[in-house]
Amino acid sequence: MTTPPQAEPAATPPAGADKGREKSPRKSFGTILRESFLEGNTFTVTVLALVTATVLGGILCAFTNSTVLHAPTAGATISRAWDVASGTYVALFEGSVFNPHTIAALFQQASLSTAVHDGYLAAVFQPLSETAVQATPLILTGLAVALPYRAGLFNIGGQGQFIGGAIMAAWLGYDVHLPIVVHVVVCVIGGFVGGAVVGWFTGEIKARTGAHEVIVTIMLNYVMQYFLAYLLSSQSLLQASGSPYPITPSIASNAHLPLLFGSNLRINVGFLIALACAFGVWWLLNRTTTGFEFRSVGANASAARVAGMNVERSWVLVFLIGGGLAGLAGSAVIQGTDFTLNPQSYGTYGIDAITVALLGLGRPGGVVAAGLLFGALHAGSPGMQTITSTPVQIVQVLQALIVLFVAAPPLIRAIFRLRAARAGGVGSTMSKGWNA
Amino acid sequence: MTSSSAPAAPARLPVLLAPEPSGTSRLRRFAAPITYTVLGLVDILVFGLRAHGSATFAFSPQFAKISVPNLVLPAAATCYVLGGITLALAVLRLLSILGRLTLGPVARRVMLGVVLFAFVVSLIAWADAGQSIPFNVVNLLQGTLNVSIPIMLGALTGVICSTSGVINIAIEGQLLLGAFCAAIATSVTGSLWLGLVCGALAGSLVAVLLGLFAVSYLVDQVVLGVVLNTLVLGLTGYLYNAIMVPYGDTLNNPMTFTAWKFPGLGDIPIIGPVFFDSTIFLYLTYILLALVQIGLFRTRWGLRTRAIGEHPLAADTVGIRVIAMRYRNVIVAGLIAGIGGAYFTIGSVGSFGPNMSSGEGYIALAAMIFGRYTPFGAIAAALLFGFTTQLQSILSSINVPIQSNLLLLTPYVVTIIVVAGLVGRVRGPRAEGVPFIKS
Repeated sequence: MTTPPQAEPAATPPAGADKGREKSPRKSFGTILRESFLEGNTFTVTVLALVTATVLGGILCAFTNSTVLHAPTAGATISRAWDVASGTYVALFEGSVFNPHTIAALFQQASLSTAVHDGYLAAVFQPLSETAVQATPLILTGLAVALPYRAGLFNIGGQGQFIGGAIMAAWLGYDVHLPIVVHVVVCVIGGFVGGAVVGWFTGEIKARTGAHEVIVTIMLNYVMQYFLAYLLSSQSLLQASGSPYPITPSIASNAHLPLLFGSNLRINVGFLIALACAFGVWWLLNRTTTGFEFRSVGANASAARVAGMNVERSWVLVFLIGGGLAGLAGSAVIQGTDFTLNPQSYGTYGIDAITVALLGLGRPGGVVAAGLLFGALHAGSPGMQTITSTPVQIVQVLQALIVLFVAAPPLIRAIFRLRAARAGGVGSTMSKGWNA
Repeated sequence: MTSSSAPAAPARLPVLLAPEPSGTSRLRRFAAPITYTVLGLVDILVFGLRAHGSATFAFSPQFAKISVPNLVLPAAATCYVLGGITLALAVLRLLSILGRLTLGPVARRVMLGVVLFAFVVSLIAWADAGQSIPFNVVNLLQGTLNVSIPIMLGALTGVICSTSGVINIAIEGQLLLGAFCAAIATSVTGSLWLGLVCGALAGSLVAVLLGLFAVSYLVDQVVLGVVLNTLVLGLTGYLYNAIMVPYGDTLNNPMTFTAWKFPGLGDIPIIGPVFFDSTIFLYLTYILLALVQIGLFRTRWGLRTRAIGEHPLAADTVGIRVIAMRYRNVIVAGLIAGIGGAYFTIGSVGSFGPNMSSGEGYIALAAMIFGRYTPFGAIAAALLFGFTTQLQSILSSINVPIQSNLLLLTPYVVTIIVVAGLVGRVRGPRAEGVPFIKS
């Protein structure tokens, strides 16, 4: 079949429409990944950002190491620097994905049954289990940032919402006595509600008064932090009786999240909850009217309002759900690994969540991938510090560098001399001011 | 100034955009008298009824040359009187809203000041009632100023950046890197002044990154600020463990600036010890405050800075180089936050610790917004945050049965209330956070 020459101009509009559809956020993560890979856009930039950050991180840990600094010759400096940097990354990998020594130990066992019984098989999967455990709160808090992000709001309040959820989960965990399955469910729901209340408050203030959510969430982080300290400072409130430290009593064993693969591995149902939430957020965003409204509000709030959507309702709802997800992260940490609540429980999840959401480009699938990556860094870092004496804070540096480069595609393109791609990174998609 | 003179943007004109919820506006209208009434009732019912005995206020530091006699007040009666005054002001405010009375903006601000003052004095009177230790007012005010130095300087940085149209959330990172570099530079060279300079330069190094990514690479500025803070937090934490812990004597052992009493002024009772007997950092804060205030509102630089923050396109049209100016302002402002960070190590503590700034950069950001993007407002708000911290530490040192954590969270709640517009709306420069793309 031959195409008449005059048909060519007519073929252009469909191609243009096709391009427009590509830019819409309706695509699934897999499609985005494939297209980006083939076209060399966001995916390439993300990979190159990872590479750049890894190289910079390696240089940093090599040239702050005392053996490198005290090397006698320039050649020795370079070889020792390489040893230190590669040793650091190998240790990170062995602590988070798999360690060849455990495989060797497994094959030295007489039979598979003894290997299973003595925990050698578990030792093989132990790094992966730790990665999943560390990734669980990162994915959940990352979703708590990513969902409002799609509605055009920036949630820095992950920490406060996490604390809200953790308070509820811990309190329901030790102060209430319920049968085995019911208790877990009640605590998880409590965690969601605790975070959702904090998130709802932000959304409500934003919707009613137009106060910028960034400031409100930063302030709420401090409010919740001091509120937790207050709750833990008195034995008539949440502090464990007889304890001189600000810590709650341990939660009942009925409230522990069930372990997935036996008592040797810490991986628990929390990881499945996180994955389910990621799917839920994807479904909400891409398959429901509410999600469509969220995305419309995020794309152009004024247009959404003209189209008859209730922008304020979307703001409140998106922060309520986001807060709930961060609260679930609190419940996952309290019920899955820590079993008590103390002022260290909330760690740096609030900030980590932002890096996870940004690296995941604000998409649920991306958040899971980014959460697993950063979870692996977290899981591998203690072992790395023991083996190579590189401080664990290198992980935070890596995280920040990765996100910095991901957020600035033009910089990566300039470094690697790529041509300008059509799709921008996450940073260039929503540059707007306080007053927007 | 900048916000009120902004032209009404076209986006605000159509009625269908941003309709004002009516219930909230009524609440906002009566927010001031309601707040006054609540505070007055707390003065009387909470502090007055529970205060027994007399409260002693001391007005001179220990071992002062000229001592001011202590003021002894019956605590309960003080609370009743102050509560009564507050309630009277609430009535006046209500009358002015209902149109029976005209109050100028100055009168309203003075009223708010009196109400807050009455509340704090009642609180202290209740706290000190029956205590043998007098409550030292000079310690409170002196400590407030010193504690607030990083917040004040950070907030000034924020004011310059915001006025130029760049959101600077990286104040926290600037403070932290400033503290780190000042500690190292002073430890290595043995010179406090060199440490101060290095701290300031470290602040502007973060600002260079901020400018590069925000102005040139158009990265979302809120995201960028948070990421830069994470980067600096990780980097300083890493370097602390990697080089400062093993070589602590040579790298993390700085001296600190000693207090220097201003000749003459420093000997005035009450005012002298509070304002004129401190380290170089406090005097630098005065100078910088004056410079920023005069600079922003009385010079050509200030006019241009406000122009690129309000309407960069118009500024560009009349020949102002928007991008170059934003770069310059952000980097110069970074110097100020760097000095604020240096205060942590070579001004007060004397060594660096991980996450030393502990979120004060975020508080500075809140102070800037609280202070309506003006230098004096930002400084006043920063002092409010410092005041609460200092009040809490003094009250806990005289064993007052008050929940220190609840006291510490009050400024954050107040900030939310202010940002929510219950006490007057805050609007920043129009183009803040919007990158300028020269076409």
